Amino acid sequence: MAAYKRPKSLKEMPTAYCPGCLHALATRLVADVIGELGQESNAVNVISVGCSALNLYSWAGDDIGAAHGRAPAVATGIKRCMPDRLVFTYQGDGDLAAIGLAEIMSAANRGENFTVIFANNQTYGMTGGQMAPTTLIGQKSTTTPFGRDALSTGYPMQMCELISVLKAPAFVARYALNTPKGVMDAKKGIKKAFQYQLEGKGFTFIELLTNCPTNWGMSPLKTFEYMETNTIPYFKPGIFKDVEVQE
Amino acid sequence: MEKRFMKGCEAIAEAAVRGGCRFFAGYPITPQNEIPEYLSWRLPEVGGSFVQGESEVASINMVYGAAATGTRALTSSSGPGISLKAEGISYLASAQLPAVIVNISRGGPGLGSIQPAQSDYLQATKALGHGGFRTMVFAPATLQEAVDLTYNAWEYAERDRNPVLILMDGCLGAIMEEVELPEMKELTYKNTESWDISKRNGREESHMITPILPEAMLEKLNAYKGMTYKMWEKNDVKVEEYLLDDAEYVVVAYGIAARVAKEAINTLREEGCKVGMIRPITLYPFPKASLDKLDYTAVKGIIDIEMTIPAQMRDDIELQVKGRCPVYEYGRSGGILLDDEGVYEAISAIVKGGNQ
Amino acid sequence: MITINSLYCKGCGYCIAFCPKHILEMGKERSVRGFFYPVQIDESACNGCGICALMCPEAAIEVADKK
Repeated sequence: MAAYKRPKSLKEMPTAYCPGCLHALATRLVADVIGELGQESNAVNVISVGCSALNLYSWAGDDIGAAHGRAPAVATGIKRCMPDRLVFTYQGDGDLAAIGLAEIMSAANRGENFTVIFANNQTYGMTGGQMAPTTLIGQKSTTTPFGRDALSTGYPMQMCELISVLKAPAFVARYALNTPKGVMDAKKGIKKAFQYQLEGKGFTFIELLTNCPTNWGMSPLKTFEYMETNTIPYFKPGIFKDVEVQE
Repeated sequence: MEKRFMKGCEAIAEAAVRGGCRFFAGYPITPQNEIPEYLSWRLPEVGGSFVQGESEVASINMVYGAAATGTRALTSSSGPGISLKAEGISYLASAQLPAVIVNISRGGPGLGSIQPAQSDYLQATKALGHGGFRTMVFAPATLQEAVDLTYNAWEYAERDRNPVLILMDGCLGAIMEEVELPEMKELTYKNTESWDISKRNGREESHMITPILPEAMLEKLNAYKGMTYKMWEKNDVKVEEYLLDDAEYVVVAYGIAARVAKEAINTLREEGCKVGMIRPITLYPFPKASLDKLDYTAVKGIIDIEMTIPAQMRDDIELQVKGRCPVYEYGRSGGILLDDEGVYEAISAIVKGGNQ
Repeated sequence: MITINSLYCKGCGYCIAFCPKHILEMGKERSVRGFFYPVQIDESACNGCGICALMCPEAAIEVADKK
C-alpha cells in the first residue's frame, strides 16, 4: 500500500553511520518529510558536531556545519537573514544538552522560527562512548565504567520537559524510533514541525530516541529491547507542547 | 558626504550599516555597548536584523550563520568576549566565511579592567583562534579612519572569504569627533552567490559550508590561505609614515598610542630632535617594509609605544630591525591611559640621554 | 514489490525483524561492501505494507505501487 522511494535529499551513497544506527534512520525520516513537502531545494540542514556531523556525508541539499553545540545560534543567523528557507538543526545529545545548553534554551526562548531535530542516543558516539548528559542511571559508558551514578553525575537531562515550560516554543515532542509505530509517529511529528515553521508559528523541537549499537555494545536489534525497557520509561514519548492544541 | 559629530562606537556602527552590514549579533560588554545599542534600532530601519545573543559564543555563531547566507554580518566585543569568540572566528576562517569583528579593547588579562588598553595585539595578530589562521587586522587612530576602514571591511572579507578584525581601544570607542559619513552602499549578493546558502533562485546544485574537511582538502585550504596572507603583505599593507626622512629615532605606535606619540614627536621636533613615526594601520599584514627600509646608518633607535606592558608589537618590530639598532619600549597598562607628558618624557629620555 | 539495494544495506536486520509477513531473511552472500543483506523468501506473499522500508536506516529498500 505504501509506495516508497529513496528521498532526493539523501546523496546516492551509503551513510557514514554504523549498521543499525538510528541516526541514519532519523536523517532519512527528515529527508522523507522534506520530500513530501517538496522542500528539497529550500531546506537548509545545520549540522552539528558528534556523530550528527556524519550528516555531511549523506545530505544532498544545502547544508552548513556548525561548531559543537552552536547549531541553534547558527540557525538563528541563517533564519533571520533568510526567513523563507526551511531551516533545521540536526543535533545529538552531547551537542544539544551539554555544551550547547545555552544556545538551545535561548533559541527556544526567543521562539526562533526554525526546527530542531534532536537525536538522543545517551552517549558520545563519535568520541567513543563517554557519558552523555542523557546517559541513564546505571548505564555504562567509557567514563562511567561502573554505570552512571546520580550522586556524582546527576540525572539524565530531559530536554522536551525543559523546553516545553518555555512560553515561546510552538511544538515540542519526543518519539522513539525502535518500533514501526514510533517511526510513523516521528515522521508525522517532523512533518508538523516543518509545517509550523513554514507557517511562521515559531520554534519547533523534535526529540528522537535513538540507539548506539557500537558503544552500547549490543546488536542493533538488542538495542531496541534495551530502549523499550530502559530508555522509554525515563524519556517518555509524547507531545509536550502544541500551540494549535492549547489555543 | 554627510558630516556628523559622533562617538567612536556609534560611528563605526553607522559606517557598518552604510558599508552594507545587515546583521549584527552581540553581547553586552564594556566598553563597546554603544555598538549593539545603536544597531538595535538602526539595523531594522534598513531592513537588517539585530540579535542580542545569549553569549559572545552564541553571537559569533549567529554571525557565522548570517555570513553563510551572503549577508554582511558584524559582531563586536571587548577582550574577554573576543576570547570567547575565538572558537567561532576559527570556524569562520575554516568555513571560508566573510564577517567583520570589532574589538574595542580594554585592560587585561582576565576580566582585567573596563578602561582602555591595547593589550590584545598578540591575540589579534597571532592567535585569534585555534588552528593557525590569520585575519586582516585594522587599527584606526581616528574616528574618520575607523569609519573608512569599517565601511570597506566587507570588501576585503568577501574578496578573501575570511573574517576581518577591527581593533580599537576603549578610548577611541568613547571619544567624540567629527566624521564624514560615506554614502549607503547598494547591496547585491553577487560576491557570495557562487558559494552561499541564500535563496536558491533557480540554482540546481547544493552548497555545502563546512568547517571540517578531509585531510588532503584541509591541507590545500591551508596552503591557499597561506598564499592569501602573502598577497595581503604585498597589496594590502596600510601604514602612515611620519617625518621619517631625516629621523634618528623612529617611534612605532598604532591607534590611540600613535596619536599621543605624534603630539610628543611634534614637541620634540620643535626642540630640534629628529624623531619620526611609523604607524601601522594594518597590524596584520604588518608594515614590514616600512621598518626594513629605514636607513640604519642614520637611525639610532626604534621606540615601541603601546598602551600595554610589556609591549606586544615589539617582536614584530625586532624581526624587521634585525639588530641593526636598539629597540626601546614605553607603555602604560591595566587601563591607565598614555598621557602627553609621560610619552614625551619617555621619548625624550631615550633621544636626549640615549638610555632606556 | 520491494527492491533491496545491497549497495546501501549494512545488514542490521530491522526489515527482517519487523516484516509482518516474515518473508525476509538474511542472505548468504555478501554485498560489494562486505555486508550480508536480506533477501525475500516469498515475493508473492508481500503485501507492500512498506514497514521494511519504514524501518530501514539506510533508505536501501524501495516499495513499488501495488499493481
